Amino acid sequence: MKRLYWILLSLAALACVIAAWIIYVPSPTAFASGGTVALGDYKDANPTGVPASLAKADVVERGEYLTRAADCEACHTAKGGEPFAGGLAFKLPFGTLYSPNITPDKDTGIGKWTDADFIRAIHKGIAPDGSRFYPAFPYPSYTLLTKDDALAIKAFLFSLKPINKEAPPNTLVFPFNQRWLMAFWSFFYNSNERYRPNPSQSAEWNRGAYLAEALGHCGECHTPRNLMQAVDNKKKFAGAVTAGWRAYNITQDKTSGIGSWDVETTAKFLAHGHVEGLGTASGPMGEAIDMSLRHMKPEDIGALVTYLKTVPAIADSSLPLPKTMLASAFPGDKDIDENARGAKIFAGACAGCHGWTGKSPILSYADFIGARTVNDPTAQNVAQAVIWGVTRHSPNGAVTMPGFGNAYSAEELAAVVNYVTSRFGAEKSHITAKDIGAIGKQASQ
Amino acid sequence: MRANVSAEARGLSRRELLKAGAAGFLLVSFRMPFAHAAGDTFAPNSFIRVGDDDIVTLIMPQVEMGQGIYTTVGMILADELDADFNKVVLQHAPPAKEYINPIFGVQATGGSTSVRAFWDPLRKAGASARAMLIEAAAQQLGVDASTCRTSNSEVIHDASGRKLGYGAIAALAATMKPVADPKLKSAKDYTLIGTPVKRKDTPDKTNGKSQYGIDAMPAGVKFAAIAQCPVFGGKTGHVDDSKAKTIKGVQQIVVQDDFVAVVGDTTWTALQGLDALDVTWDEGPNASVNSAQIWEALRTASTGNGAVAKEAGDIKAAFDGGTRHDAVYELPFLAHAPMEPLNCTVHYTKDACEVWTGTQVIGRVQEDVAKAVGLPIEKVTVHNLYIGGGFGRRLEQEMTVKAALIAMHVDGPVKVTWRREEDMQHDVYRPIYHNSVSASVKDGKIVGWTHRITGSAVIARWLPPAFKNGVDIDAVDGAADEPYGFPNLKVEYIRAEPPAVPTGFWRGVGPNNNFFTIESFVDEIAHKEKVDPVEFRLKHLDGNPRLQAAIQLVAAKGNWGAPLPARMGRGIAAQNAFGSFIATICEAEVDESGEVRVHRLVSAVDTGIQVNPDTIIAQLEGGLIFGLTAALFGEITIAKGRVEQSNFNDYRMLRINEAPKIEVHLIPSTQHPGGIGETGTTASAPALVNALFAATGVRLRRLPIDRDALAGRKPV
Amino acid sequence: MITLQINGQSRDVEAGPDTPLLWALRDVLGMTGTKFGCGIAQCGACTVHLDGEAVRSCQLSIGSVGNRPITTIEGVGSSEIGAKVQKAWLDLEVVQCGYCQSGQIMSAAALLAHKSNPSDDDIDAAMAGNICRCGTYVRIREAIKKAATA
Ligand code: FES
Ligand code: FES
Repeated sequence: MKRLYWILLSLAALACVIAAWIIYVPSPTAFASGGTVALGDYKDANPTGVPASLAKADVVERGEYLTRAADCEACHTAKGGEPFAGGLAFKLPFGTLYSPNITPDKDTGIGKWTDADFIRAIHKGIAPDGSRFYPAFPYPSYTLLTKDDALAIKAFLFSLKPINKEAPPNTLVFPFNQRWLMAFWSFFYNSNERYRPNPSQSAEWNRGAYLAEALGHCGECHTPRNLMQAVDNKKKFAGAVTAGWRAYNITQDKTSGIGSWDVETTAKFLAHGHVEGLGTASGPMGEAIDMSLRHMKPEDIGALVTYLKTVPAIADSSLPLPKTMLASAFPGDKDIDENARGAKIFAGACAGCHGWTGKSPILSYADFIGARTVNDPTAQNVAQAVIWGVTRHSPNGAVTMPGFGNAYSAEELAAVVNYVTSRFGAEKSHITAKDIGAIGKQASQ
Repeated sequence: MRANVSAEARGLSRRELLKAGAAGFLLVSFRMPFAHAAGDTFAPNSFIRVGDDDIVTLIMPQVEMGQGIYTTVGMILADELDADFNKVVLQHAPPAKEYINPIFGVQATGGSTSVRAFWDPLRKAGASARAMLIEAAAQQLGVDASTCRTSNSEVIHDASGRKLGYGAIAALAATMKPVADPKLKSAKDYTLIGTPVKRKDTPDKTNGKSQYGIDAMPAGVKFAAIAQCPVFGGKTGHVDDSKAKTIKGVQQIVVQDDFVAVVGDTTWTALQGLDALDVTWDEGPNASVNSAQIWEALRTASTGNGAVAKEAGDIKAAFDGGTRHDAVYELPFLAHAPMEPLNCTVHYTKDACEVWTGTQVIGRVQEDVAKAVGLPIEKVTVHNLYIGGGFGRRLEQEMTVKAALIAMHVDGPVKVTWRREEDMQHDVYRPIYHNSVSASVKDGKIVGWTHRITGSAVIARWLPPAFKNGVDIDAVDGAADEPYGFPNLKVEYIRAEPPAVPTGFWRGVGPNNNFFTIESFVDEIAHKEKVDPVEFRLKHLDGNPRLQAAIQLVAAKGNWGAPLPARMGRGIAAQNAFGSFIATICEAEVDESGEVRVHRLVSAVDTGIQVNPDTIIAQLEGGLIFGLTAALFGEITIAKGRVEQSNFNDYRMLRINEAPKIEVHLIPSTQHPGGIGETGTTASAPALVNALFAATGVRLRRLPIDRDALAGRKPV
Repeated sequence: MITLQINGQSRDVEAGPDTPLLWALRDVLGMTGTKFGCGIAQCGACTVHLDGEAVRSCQLSIGSVGNRPITTIEGVGSSEIGAKVQKAWLDLEVVQCGYCQSGQIMSAAALLAHKSNPSDDDIDAAMAGNICRCGTYVRIREAIKKAATA
């Protein structure tokens, strides 16, 4: 009798532990050895704020740098719309969310917000009217920001031209349309705690951590989410799908991550979103580079790299080591026969820029060779690029790949995507017309 | 448009019209439109210049846009003139009455009319010049003119074995009295006509030398890029050029009522400037128009009463007791998308204006530019350069007017180039059409036929006199005079202008719509009546032997009836339009996913006398591809008052690896030459859908083809 | 100022490094044989040779060319293959409006330089990037084969 009681009790306890473990999420920097201290107690160089070179700049200029570092523009700008005026649609399984207007317009923007309102939104995810934001707004990351940095960002936003533009209403289904539920979510998943430096790591590392976790919020895309849709730092940076694009594994794993990139290469990729032999960032990462990272000072890029280099490797068996061997100058009959339709479309619409070997004859931004996108057997990002196109900034001006989603059938698009991965990647994809339809719909518009 | 377009406009029959055209020509043709070039000592009429250096310069009334018309026109003149074609130089005509296209009454190239319109005038011009040269030679040699003959730019007196080159007697010939109605050669004496003469314009088109409108480079030229309100009919609102001005090489910004332009030191910098220009457009009333509304409006309009274009026999009786068939066919908006994007170069000074472009309507360009810049017409010079594809787009002149308006603000010449996106989103579009057709069949023959066409009246805008009693003569072309001569016939036209979207002529014009409808429907009926489609057509064509012959020939050459693998089908379509008779067989394959592969197109064509057979074949090959491209991919759609397509990534062109094998068989004929530039375009779509039906049993009544319907993923 | 090696001559171009070769050729150097069709590498009208490769000059910024040799339609005839292609084009009267043909000829010449005797698949692969709105495809295919055997 008594024994049974104990057994049941321990089983119950075990269940709780497991449940707790599932919901529990370690802090983003928990992986690093050594404890953390409050910012005030940290003796080394201040990891927050702007780089030394900007220390003298006025608050708006500092705010601009921090706003870029936090990449607010990417989400708060509709495709082809006014910067920061919101309206970008996030297609979620349970409805569509639209980013709000954060220009200082009094009626449709944040023009009426006080400093306290702004801080509360950034740190707690609560709007001035008390309603809760959805975590598509990465306040669990921004909560790490210092008050000063948050207010500098506000100062910059308030220096912008007010734009009177109402973002469309969200279309979430029940229960997700119940914003108050976010209170419980926040209770578990928003630490509401400012960044805590780790004295046993270098000052550079701490700056990198602040940039990556508080401002850049890398984990929001690159870290898988748990059942509760919270960033699961147990699998930190192991890769996830966001807005229909795969944010790849950026752990130090040598095969599926970026462990094989040396410091210099990593820095170059972060600064340009393109390194010959490693491909070109596109989709949301392309935007993050163009709107945010390429504006960062070299010392900040360096700090980010220092930090990234310490992130523990997590292997992802679904991602092969990228192929580095060039393909033939012209397609052989074999690879035509295998996927004639794909080859045909590639010849007409793609080869002009990309060439046949994987090395573009005109534009290294169009190289396939070594790129993770074509070495991803799900081909999700290749599909997005083909459907919607890509626009990137390069040292020689804008680089644009047009989208083909409107003039080619889903069968044709699937065929050409599979052709690309089979010709230029380590493992060919088997994407179908149905997949194409589904993937295309997930992209933010 | 066929010859009878403006014939109708002027209440003339085609025969009278061509006479009138010719007469008109003879009346005016002895006024020199312009001073001859140096060395031109003999200029008998407005088409021919003979220099003392033996060089014969022929003036081209029609513009070269790929149809090989320079060479064809040159051949017609040179043959009657007996000029050595190697010593012939071709030169484009300036805007002048002498070069008015007798079929339109406008100096225009289009509607596959060039040879049909100028065949007689040109031969007369050549022959009369030749007669004068003979007179001159006879006088100089002191012999009777009747004892002289001509060959290869020489007058030959066989009796004495003496020869005089045209150059040597040019001066004397100039003093001879013009010969009003010279004797024309009989067909057997043609030396050039009917032979595959090499085109004179092509060598320079293979080495980068030839000049298209877009290649005009007057000294000191600047480069401009243009942007019009994305919404049709919208106006320019507020323009913030602060960013654009900072771009290196951007020289000035020109803001007009309904467009803006950026002028730069290269087209590239101008385009960069345009992208940097922050324009708020006043979108106007069309800002919410979309394709669904436009189609609904068209379908609603189609239920109204139409203007009767043709009525014959007794429709009611014909439909009593017969087997009735009904169907509706629809065609989408199409863009022209010529390879050479729209462009025009203009040098404006306060007392003169010089224009370089490629246009199908040089006279209208001169007029409208003169109006726009406020100069007398004679102060406007227009250089008409080669056209990199017209297809009807360059029957409009608005792009030249806009260029002129820009030039008024620019010091020195300026070249305005439309980027492809601008070209595609500010076209004049092939109208959408709705066709309701009904037929009554008795004893296996169609005895009653009604066809109601609803669509835009391009003619009403482009050639108002030709729009009479509510009938657009082009929109009913091919329907009112359908090939089968159905005994009881009613063809109606309902004018329905689409909201917002401007419409224009598109290669194949009215017959595109009408033969897609007629030839699809006849095919449907044949299948329903369980009669072979070739046989079915033949037995309705006793009154049309030339088309019958074309069908018989194509059936033989196209292996009609020979077995095909599964999922493959053969379809036939026949038509007479533009004065030519063509029958076409298409061989196409449809895979499980609905993807279509066209394997082969075979055409048999009777186009009357063939001036240059090789050019005719080339035009048919190209025309067939042009029509096929539209049938497979072509559709312009509208959202928020804007065109949704922008460039070749979303407005698709057939590529070489999608192109079928093509065979064209010409049928020898002594009839008046027919038009050929559009004949192929009109032929491919119906042949294709009929082949797709044969392959899948799915009948498509709308273009472009619907792959989901072919795959059974959705009902037709 | 950027110096380019064009048709065996070195030419100075007064234009920013981001200027596409297409516009440098046409607007700065007045070499108008190379055509503008789409500006997004979809039509092939702007095709030139860079180091013997057929490339779309509308996407090739002059800043990235360096001293790699460029051949345009104006110069392609001076190579044996180029001359053969031009001749085949005339023998078979491939040209209609001709606007796409500079690009077609450049692509064809590059193909023949790679494969002296191309199969239909080779021709498709090499030529599919060149749109011809006039629909001269049938003759282009024939002309390439003729040039190959000439
Ligand atoms: S203009 Fe370069 S490919 Fe079309
Ligand atoms: S010949 Fe006209 S586009 Fe090719």
